[in-house]
Amino acid sequence: MPDMVSLSRAASGQPSQFKTPYSENGGTILAVAGSRFCVVAGDTRRTDGYSQTRYAPKVFRLTDKAVLAVNGFSADGNMFVNKVRQQLEWYRHGHARDMPLHEIARLMQTMLYARRFFPYYVSNILSGIEEDGSGAVYTFDSVGSYERDTCRVAGAAQSFMQPYLDNQDDWYTRPSVHYKNQRSTHSSSRPTQLPLSSVLSLVMDSFVNASERHVEVGDGLEIYVVLAKGSSLQGLEKLTGAQEVTATSDGERVFTVRRSLRRD
Amino acid sequence: MDHFPTNWGRPRNDAFDAYGTYPLAQRPYNGPKDTFEAGVQRTQQPIVTGTSVLALKYKDGIMMAADNLASYGSLARFKDIQRLHPVGNNTVIGAGGDMSDFQYIQSLLDSLMIEEFTAQDGHSLGPAELHEYLAQVMYGRRSKINPLWNSLIVGGFKDGKRFLSYVDLLGTTYSASTLATGYGAYIAQPLLRKAVEGYEDVLTEEQAEKIMTECLKVLFYRDARSLNKYQIATITTKGVNLSESRSLDTTWSFAEGIRGYGAQTQ
Amino acid sequence: MFRNTYDSDNTVFSPQGRLHQVEYALEAVKQGSAAVGLRSKTHSILLALKRSSGELASYQQKMYRIDDHVGIAIAGLTSDARVLSNFMRQQAMSSKMVFNRPAPVNRLVSAIADKAQVNTQEYGRRPYGVGFLVIGLDQSGPHLYEFSPSGNSYEYYAMSIGARSQSAKTYLEKHYESFADCSLEELITHGLHALRETLQQDKALNVNNTSIGILGPASVHETGIAPSGPFRILEGDTIQPFLDTMIPKDAPAPAAAPAATDEDVQMQE
Repeated sequence: MPDMVSLSRAASGQPSQFKTPYSENGGTILAVAGSRFCVVAGDTRRTDGYSQTRYAPKVFRLTDKAVLAVNGFSADGNMFVNKVRQQLEWYRHGHARDMPLHEIARLMQTMLYARRFFPYYVSNILSGIEEDGSGAVYTFDSVGSYERDTCRVAGAAQSFMQPYLDNQDDWYTRPSVHYKNQRSTHSSSRPTQLPLSSVLSLVMDSFVNASERHVEVGDGLEIYVVLAKGSSLQGLEKLTGAQEVTATSDGERVFTVRRSLRRD
Repeated sequence: MDHFPTNWGRPRNDAFDAYGTYPLAQRPYNGPKDTFEAGVQRTQQPIVTGTSVLALKYKDGIMMAADNLASYGSLARFKDIQRLHPVGNNTVIGAGGDMSDFQYIQSLLDSLMIEEFTAQDGHSLGPAELHEYLAQVMYGRRSKINPLWNSLIVGGFKDGKRFLSYVDLLGTTYSASTLATGYGAYIAQPLLRKAVEGYEDVLTEEQAEKIMTECLKVLFYRDARSLNKYQIATITTKGVNLSESRSLDTTWSFAEGIRGYGAQTQ
Repeated sequence: MFRNTYDSDNTVFSPQGRLHQVEYALEAVKQGSAAVGLRSKTHSILLALKRSSGELASYQQKMYRIDDHVGIAIAGLTSDARVLSNFMRQQAMSSKMVFNRPAPVNRLVSAIADKAQVNTQEYGRRPYGVGFLVIGLDQSGPHLYEFSPSGNSYEYYAMSIGARSQSAKTYLEKHYESFADCSLEELITHGLHALRETLQQDKALNVNNTSIGILGPASVHETGIAPSGPFRILEGDTIQPFLDTMIPKDAPAPAAAPAATDEDVQMQE
């Protein structure tokens, strides 16, 4: 995607030509679907050339069953989130309930493709709980192509975080792909679903790794956890810094967890 | 092949679309035409420019600083330009980049505040609202590929809360306890962070001002588009206070001793 | 009301200085079923009587959510109400988008009042045939406004619009001084008392024909409401606990504990 439009890296001291309406603000986002939960995470650093700021969230709660992570050009990202939220508000006006996750995914495709010839320079990962209670991840390119997935990374550190997660020894994602491609060295049966606590520590580890190796990743980590209707807290209550942000009494519950990352 | 099904089997007349069948975007444009359209240019580069703006949070509110220079390329063209602009009683906007664009933004904000004032209903626009508005204006203009060529810092204090945020010509926004635009982002920001981060709630106005002047001095020594004449604004419970222009105390005698640059070889 | 020489065009005054079309529009509001609004220091609430056109029909919606901090109850032409409420929703969203702040409630009301005024002055238009009660919560606390097709909007402690709303108004005028310090439950009980004044002889308020709209912190009978107290509409079984707090009209002592079996009490005008 970065090949579509060239980004200028002009030093700010020189008055430069207006070459591109885009910028690239770094950072990385990640989402993992469990059987009855999902985890969405993003670092909070925002870079602009050599400048950087420490807390600029790029993961947003849309409803109690949908969380959207946006990565790329932050101004486009913020605008896109605002526009999606407006659409969800109209849906709420018309239907007196929150839009289901798979509908939000299709809506986002339409909205992204509407800007096919002046795209939002953003990688989106939408994650949450489907109407059947399953955790889901939808991943999008900047012009609206999307698919449902179980584990997805986007952004600056995508190239080394995605393989890291794909190759976790006891990783559970779509057995039809990952299991066949990778022969387990253990004779013991692998868990078909990783528990929430393992996913959370895996997410935290991968961001710590990314912040070690990528200059555009760091400062803070913001994690959203969405639990399906009737799920137990699965240790969330003991996790330091976990905070509930559920807004409705629909049954799904949303939590945030914050961690600090390297600041240098 | 005509891929638009409603056109199939219909007489084709490109000049007159009797059935209104073409997609809207393909219809001939009959609105007013600008004869000189080809000659109209949109902003390609800034012309008269301001350099860094600095801002920090301290105990009582927000402090901002900017020098009084507007350059024309490398010429120090205007030496008494105000780059800190108070908006209402709780907000100051500081600008780097194109000064004519900034003065346009000032007029936008001033009319906005007048409109808000005339509602007379107890609601007023604070720094957070003005920052959001500016972000929308800046993003809107970049989306028309006709940007307002500025880096703006919005500082304010309202309802007991400090507010400090940034927005630039692309609509990119930041928030932090210290902010700097232009060369300040490279030269002053590290100094500001070291002096301010973690001390936002203990720094006094005197201390904050000392940090500011120190940073301005460093900038004046290194940034060729800066000036030793500057203003400082504070936004606190007492409202906005914008200082008169002041001068920096700088020493250049050490330059005598520097060897290795220019004509001197010994 | 009689037809009148000066009523076929809303831009023409009658010799008495009246705009008959506008007054007919106000009549359209009076045709609609009643809505009542009340305000305390902490809450604004709406109560409305829903009508159904017959045994086989469902009840007409009387309340609309505009935003988390604004809601309306309508009396009059539902289709006109939809146009105006959509306009208010747009305004509310635009305020969020442009300034990241909830739209000030009075400005939303003024905006629709200005739209209505245009229709009383321009040739070839007709006034809106609907009146609103608007409740809102903003920096300056809870609010209650009335909007009417004449283009007027006023703020009230308590107000009623629609059919037989005068009876409700009489109740509200008698009790409004106590509303400021009422709890939400007491406020709703007052609202229900006022609303039942508008009923016909043989009718009673029940879970099917009553809507309650609330702005402000949750009541003891509600669950899962955010602490900010966003606008919500209660309908159906959820309002039974509130109906149970009503004091039967013929009960002599208002201090008497609410009877548990007052569902079947016959209301009188």
